[in-house]
Amino acid sequence: MIKNKILEKSIWALWLGLLALPFMGKKAGILAIAILLVILLLPLLNGLIARFGISVSRLNFLSSSANWLKTNKKMALLILFSFAAILPLFMNRYFVDVAVLCGIYIVLALGLNVIVGLTGLLALGYIAFYAVGAYCYALLWTHYHINFWLALPIGTALAGVFGVLLGSPVLRLRGDYLAIVTLGFGEITRIVLNNWDELTRGPNGILGIARPSIGDFIIKQPIHYYYLILAFVVLTIFITTRLEHSRIGRAWVAIREDEVAAAACGVNVTLMKLLAFATGAAFAGLGGVFFAGKMIFVSPESFTFMESVMVLCMVVLGGMGSIPGVILGAIALIILPEALRQFQFYRLLMFGGAMALMMIIRPQGLIPSQRRKMELEEENG
Amino acid sequence: MMLEVKSVSKSFGGLKALDAIDLSIHNKKIVGLIGPNGAGKTTLFNCITGMNPPTTGRIIFKGSIDLVGKRPDEIARLGMARTFQNIRLFSDMTALENVMVGRHCRSKTGLVGAIIRSKATVIEEMKIVKKGVELLKFVELMDYANELAKNLPYGLQRRLEIARALATEPVLLFLDEPAAGMNPQEIFDLMQLIRMIRDRGITVILIEHHMKVVMGICEMIVVLNYGIKIAEGSADEIKNNPKVIEAYLGKEE
Amino acid sequence: MFLQQLINGLTVGSVYALIAIGYTMVYGILEFINFAHGEIYMLGAYLGIIAIGLLTAMGLGNSSAFLLLAFAFIFAMVFCAFYGVTIERLAYRPLRRAPRLAPLLSALGVSIFLQNFVMVTQGTRNKVFPQLFAQNGFDLGNAKITYIQIMILVTSILLMVGLTLFVNKTKMGKAMRATSQDQKMAYLVGIDVNRVISVTFLIGSALGAAAGVMVALYYGLVNFHIGYTAGLKAFTAAVLGGIGNIPGAMLGGIILGLVESLGAGYLSSEYKDAYAFIILVLLLIFRPQGILGERLKERS
Ligand SMILES: Nc1ncnc2c1ncn2[C@@H]1O[C@H](COP(=O)(O)OP(=O)(O)OP(=O)(O)O)[C@@H](O)[C@H]1O
Ligand SMILES: [Mg+2]
Repeated sequence: MIKNKILEKSIWALWLGLLALPFMGKKAGILAIAILLVILLLPLLNGLIARFGISVSRLNFLSSSANWLKTNKKMALLILFSFAAILPLFMNRYFVDVAVLCGIYIVLALGLNVIVGLTGLLALGYIAFYAVGAYCYALLWTHYHINFWLALPIGTALAGVFGVLLGSPVLRLRGDYLAIVTLGFGEITRIVLNNWDELTRGPNGILGIARPSIGDFIIKQPIHYYYLILAFVVLTIFITTRLEHSRIGRAWVAIREDEVAAAACGVNVTLMKLLAFATGAAFAGLGGVFFAGKMIFVSPESFTFMESVMVLCMVVLGGMGSIPGVILGAIALIILPEALRQFQFYRLLMFGGAMALMMIIRPQGLIPSQRRKMELEEENG
Repeated sequence: MMLEVKSVSKSFGGLKALDAIDLSIHNKKIVGLIGPNGAGKTTLFNCITGMNPPTTGRIIFKGSIDLVGKRPDEIARLGMARTFQNIRLFSDMTALENVMVGRHCRSKTGLVGAIIRSKATVIEEMKIVKKGVELLKFVELMDYANELAKNLPYGLQRRLEIARALATEPVLLFLDEPAAGMNPQEIFDLMQLIRMIRDRGITVILIEHHMKVVMGICEMIVVLNYGIKIAEGSADEIKNNPKVIEAYLGKEE
Repeated sequence: MFLQQLINGLTVGSVYALIAIGYTMVYGILEFINFAHGEIYMLGAYLGIIAIGLLTAMGLGNSSAFLLLAFAFIFAMVFCAFYGVTIERLAYRPLRRAPRLAPLLSALGVSIFLQNFVMVTQGTRNKVFPQLFAQNGFDLGNAKITYIQIMILVTSILLMVGLTLFVNKTKMGKAMRATSQDQKMAYLVGIDVNRVISVTFLIGSALGAAAGVMVALYYGLVNFHIGYTAGLKAFTAAVLGGIGNIPGAMLGGIILGLVESLGAGYLSSEYKDAYAFIILVLLLIFRPQGILGERLKERS
């Protein structure tokens, strides 16, 4: 019985090695052995984790602290926030820069989470809205000298409007068609940015965008940007949390769960989907304006399909519909590649593999979304 | 007159699922809609509730409002709610949230209100929860309020679907085979529940294959066969109608 | 000019058609967009180059160009067929009952994986396909059709005819059609649905590989990200013809090739890549059933 299993696994490893042969030559043998080792050891590792998991749950202080977290949510949030606030004081410039990047992607991922995670609409060209925000500020500045703070609401709103414009004709399409059409829109956006030389200066991009400033104080150090993006992150978390637990958020989730039933309950499905698109796009726009203000340069290269995929992965990996999950996903997907710098080359390789694997072994993500339980006793009285 | 269906027909390609159906539904009654499998009962519900509009014909609500061409959510807002033959709950939401979604069309918090959580929003939200709790109690599901819908047993899911439909404050409630898959005790409770709903002043129209339910609670029964209305009347009239017997038992040679 | 663009369009179009068949066949049976299919085509192009390199290394580089090419085709098609089947088995089959998003995302992951696998093992630089045939051909008025173009057209037609015969005449082909009409019913009448699905991936991937080899031969250059754009365009072609419909995919590919080539010739070549997307978007919005397709069944 066990022997058969090992045999089966060996055959799989051999087969995969064989498939890799034309591309890897002799190294395919090493690959086969590595695969074999991994799939043989995986159950062992699983057992270990399971045992560890049990012993962890026995540890009293952990479960009591989990309880504490549940009852003292505000306190926990405050601690987390203070931690984020003092964090950059202990980091060098490079790490602060990485943290800023994390912040941008948290905003993007939380925005996409509204569309994909809450409403269940698979949008693949999401990064186009990010581009709208970034180019909006870049162009407003270079043509009209409109400053960052004014460009911020304009870029956000414009991206939202784009969301509605793109959304309205395509929202009645079925899931995977919607994915493809949004992907197509994303590509068209990039191609236009690349070729409309008079407006966007094509692949050369737009240089010399002003940094944001408050009065005479110019935001230019990474740490300045850190606090700025931290504010945006907090704002995004605040808004998306509020929305999720409102009448509108419930309608979004209802649409995700069953569109027909939602309509029967009186939810205007088209309108709510458009609202989700606009909201998600607006956050991307916000992120885009910030991005332009940070890089003081924009070019089409920053808005490729891979970027859309990256943000999508953050949402999926973290846990669709789960705000803490999505934040964790964003941080993980930014930090990991930075940590694995020496494996730069293998980064996306592992990334793609992990994404497929994740779907198979843990489709609900790192921190799955949970519906809020209500304390009902008060209402009863 | 609550609802008038006027020569409604529905075709799927070559198949005539409904053929010139005429129907009048009066206030505060329990109406049964029966017929063999594939008779077109669910199709008729779909036509009325806007899920799948009729090919021809008119459906008049409260004497003046034509429902044909209206979206399902508009129809729900007008006061028509339904359940589905193959239960369609929001499976990853809690029981209470399912019912709260039903309040969507009776509340109006917008994007801004939800974000700033204005006083109006807070009050509205409280009312939604209150109504949800009241309805869960009404269908005796209060113990499961925080349970995910998908984790409820089958019979309770059917009751939850009814509660969700009631949350939209309907004047007409359409139930598509509410007793399907229930045990005798659950069916008995369901009949009780339906009577109570009627006593709240709601007209109930139900599709059912359990004759005991239909004969037990319906004040009027409509029989469909092959998309045609073949009979209409009280339980006794229907029981003895030769056309109905033929439809159910097949013609005896 | 027109004739020339027509010839170029037909050539590229027949390649799109071959890739589109893979999308359409899989969609017909699984109702799922196999995002990784474009990468199979890219792998096919690389495998063609690798095959010829292999022969050269074995000292057979001077054999007849046709033999070399035939070997490249077979090598690429066999390996890609295996890739397709393996991917289905590992990344899609476990997700068959999962929510719709899951297999789509898994396919996206596979696609990223394959792209980077090739990048890591073969490098980031363009690969050159050895020039097996001279670039000359016939003159047709003021247009020219090269031998390579003729060969691509002929091979594509042969493959498509072969596929049509297979689907309509063999038992397996009939099982495939039955499965795409109604999977549950097919299962009930005793069709081994898993095997049908495997064969579908096998054939689709082999055709994609053939397309890859032909493109490598035609343009002479290959890199690891050609799969993405080509895949999207082929998908457009599949939708154009009505997804799930094999003759539709062929027609859609040809039409798309012509539109692109004529558009590049007469409108603007900078936006050449955007035409496919614009067609795709318009199509999905206004006529999602495609040219030959029927309206999609609504889920009830
Ligand atoms: N969306 C659809 N597309 C095509 N045909 C349909 C569709 N919906 C229903 N039909 C057909 O219409 C006819 C009536 O179906 P309907 O579901 O209304 O029957 P029913 O009376 O509810 O039967 P049951 O008691 O089995 O629920 C059937 O022949 C069915 O196959
Ligand atoms: Mg029915």
